[in-house]
Amino acid sequence: MDNSADSNKKQAIRVSNLTKEFNGFKAIDNISFSVEEGEIFGMLGPNGAGKTTTIRILSTTLKATKGEAFVWGYDISKQPDKIRRSIGIVFQDQTLDDRLTGMENLDFHARLYGMKRNLREKRIKEVLHLVDLWDKRNTLVKYYSGGMCRRLEIARGLMHYPRVLFLDEPTLGLDAQTRHNIWEHIRVLNKREKIAILLTTHYMDEADTLCNRVGIIDKGKILIIDEPEKLKNMVGKDLISIKVSSPEKMMQILSNFEWVSNKRVYDGLLHLEVTEGEKRIPFLINLAQRYSLSVDLVSLRRPTLEDVFLHFTGKRIREEEGTLRERISARIRSRRRR
Amino acid sequence: MRGISFEAIYVLWLRELKAFIRARSRIVGNIVQPLFFMAILGVGFKSSMRFTGVGMQGIDYLQFLVPGLIGMTILFSSMFAGLSILWDRQFGFLREIMVAPVSRLSLVLGRVAGGMTTTILQALSILLIAYLFGFRIKGIMELLLSIIFMILIGTGFVGMGVAFASKMEDMHGFQIVMNFIIMPIFFLSGALFPLKGLPPWLGFLTYIDPLTYGVDALRGIMLNISYFPLAIDFVILAIFCVTMLFTGAVFFSQCEV
Ligand SMILES: Nc1ncnc2c1ncn2[C@@H]1O[C@H](COP(=O)(O)OP(=O)(O)OP(=O)(O)O)[C@@H](O)[C@H]1O
Ligand SMILES: [Mg+2]
Repeated sequence: MDNSADSNKKQAIRVSNLTKEFNGFKAIDNISFSVEEGEIFGMLGPNGAGKTTTIRILSTTLKATKGEAFVWGYDISKQPDKIRRSIGIVFQDQTLDDRLTGMENLDFHARLYGMKRNLREKRIKEVLHLVDLWDKRNTLVKYYSGGMCRRLEIARGLMHYPRVLFLDEPTLGLDAQTRHNIWEHIRVLNKREKIAILLTTHYMDEADTLCNRVGIIDKGKILIIDEPEKLKNMVGKDLISIKVSSPEKMMQILSNFEWVSNKRVYDGLLHLEVTEGEKRIPFLINLAQRYSLSVDLVSLRRPTLEDVFLHFTGKRIREEEGTLRERISARIRSRRRR
Repeated sequence: MRGISFEAIYVLWLRELKAFIRARSRIVGNIVQPLFFMAILGVGFKSSMRFTGVGMQGIDYLQFLVPGLIGMTILFSSMFAGLSILWDRQFGFLREIMVAPVSRLSLVLGRVAGGMTTTILQALSILLIAYLFGFRIKGIMELLLSIIFMILIGTGFVGMGVAFASKMEDMHGFQIVMNFIIMPIFFLSGALFPLKGLPPWLGFLTYIDPLTYGVDALRGIMLNISYFPLAIDFVILAIFCVTMLFTGAVFFSQCEV
C-alpha cells in the first residue's frame, strides 16, 4: 500500500479539540487524544457518550463542527480518500450482507477497495484463518452465529491491510465465552498485523484486559486518559463498601482517619478508598457498633475501571457486567447492641 | 473519491445478481403476478373483447396486454432495485458501502447496472411465458429494439427508486412510495387499456406518466400499434432516464448513513 504522509508518522491518530454538534447539542465536546502506532487505545463510556460519533468523524463519514484530526497522518477534512484506504472499521451494528457467504462478503469488500485478484485471494485466506472462519467460508452469513458474524466483520475490516482499525463495541451483546474468544483474536491481530486499534466499549473488563491506554468518556468529554493499571492506582489501593444503617453518620465518624483517602455515598452504600483493606474490616465493624450503627454487609476488593469511572464521573456505567476481579466479599451480619 | 470505479460498479452488479438468483421467492413472485394477469385478464377478456380501431383489427386483448405487463414488470422490478437502498440501510450494509473509498456516483451506477440486469431478466421471462400463451414477436430486430426500450424505462425507474430511497430515513416510506407512486404509474400507463378516446382528465394523467411512453413504444415495436410515434417515445424516455439518473445520483450523494 502507499506510504503514509511524512508528518505525524509515529501517531496513528491525532485528535485536537474536536467538537461535534447536532442542532446545538454537543455529542462530542472539545476532545483531544492520540493513538500511537501499534497501540490498542480504548474509549470507555456509557451509552450516548459520543464514542460512535467520534469514530464516524475519524472515518470521514461525518463532518466535525470544530477542531482537527489526523488519521495515519492524513487530515480528515482534506484527505478523506487517503484515510478511507488506511482504515478498517467494524461498526457497532452488523453490516454484513447475509444473502452472501462469508467469503463473498470479503470478496465484495476487497473488490470495492480495488484489490487485485492474487492479493485478494491470498488475503481472504489469511484473514479467515486469523478469525477461525476458514471452514465456514462457503456458508451463507444468514446461518452464522452472532460471534461468527463479529469475527467475519473483523476479518473484513482487515482485508485491505489498514494501518488503523476502528472497533466500535466489538463484543456488544455477545456471551462471555464468545467475548473472550474475540479478545484473543484482537490481541493476535494487533501483534501480527502491527496495527493500531481504536476500540470503544462500555465493558470495563474489555477496556482493562485489551487496551494499552484507556480514555474515559462521558457526555462527550474525555475525562482522563492513561494505562488501565495507572488509572486503577489513581483511585486508591483497596475499596471497601459498607452497608450501614446511616452511611452519612458513618462518613462523619471516619473523617479523622488518614488511611481513608476518599469517601462517598452511592446507592445507599458507603464506599471507602483505603490502604491495607483486609485489616480495616474488623475495625470498621467495631467502630460502627460503638456508635450504635448496624452493619449489614461489608465488601472488599481491588479497584476496577468501574471505580475509576465512578471516581471521575460520580456515577456508574450503566451495565453492571464487568468481572470484579479479586472480589472478596465478606457478609457480616451484626445485631445492634445497646 | 471522484471519478468512476468500474470495479466497484462490477462488484455491486455481481452482488445484486447473486442475491437475485438466491431469492427464489422474489423471482417467483415477480413472475407469478404477470402470469395471473395474463391468464385471468388476458384470457378472460380475450373471448369477449376485440379491438376494432384502425390498425388494431385482429389483435386480441391478451396480445394487447403483454407489452403492458412487461412494462409493469420493469416498473416494479427496477423501482424495487432502487429502493433496495432502504434494505441496505436497515441491515447496515449501506455503511460498509458508504465508507469505502469509492465515489457515490459509482455506487449509484453499480446499483443501476444490477437492477437493470435483474429487471431485463424478468422482462424476458414474461416474454417467454407470453410465448406459451401464443404471443409472438416478429423478429430478432424487434426483440433487440424492445430490449433497448426496456433498458431505458428500467434505468429511469431505478434512478427514481434511488432518489426516493435517499430521501427516506427508514422502511416506512416504502409503503407510501408503493401506494402513491408505483401503483398510479402502473394504472395510468395504459398497460391495461388503450389510450385512445380517454376523457381529458385521464388523458392528461396518462400523458405525464413516463411509463405510458414505455408501454406505447413496446406495443409499437411488438404489435405495430402505437399512440405516439416511436421517436417521440424514445425522446421522452431518454429525457426521463437521464433526469432520473441525475436526480438519483445527486440525492444519493447528499444522503448520510
Ligand atoms: N445524527 C444524529 N443526530 C442527532 N443526535 C445524534 C446523532 N447521532 C448521535 N447523536 C447523539 O449524540 C450522542 C452520542 O451518540 P453516540 O452514538 O456517539 O454515542 P455512543 O457513545 O456511541 O453510545 P452507545 O454506547 O449507545 O453506542 C447521543 O446523545 C446521540 O443521541
Ligand atoms: Mg455507539
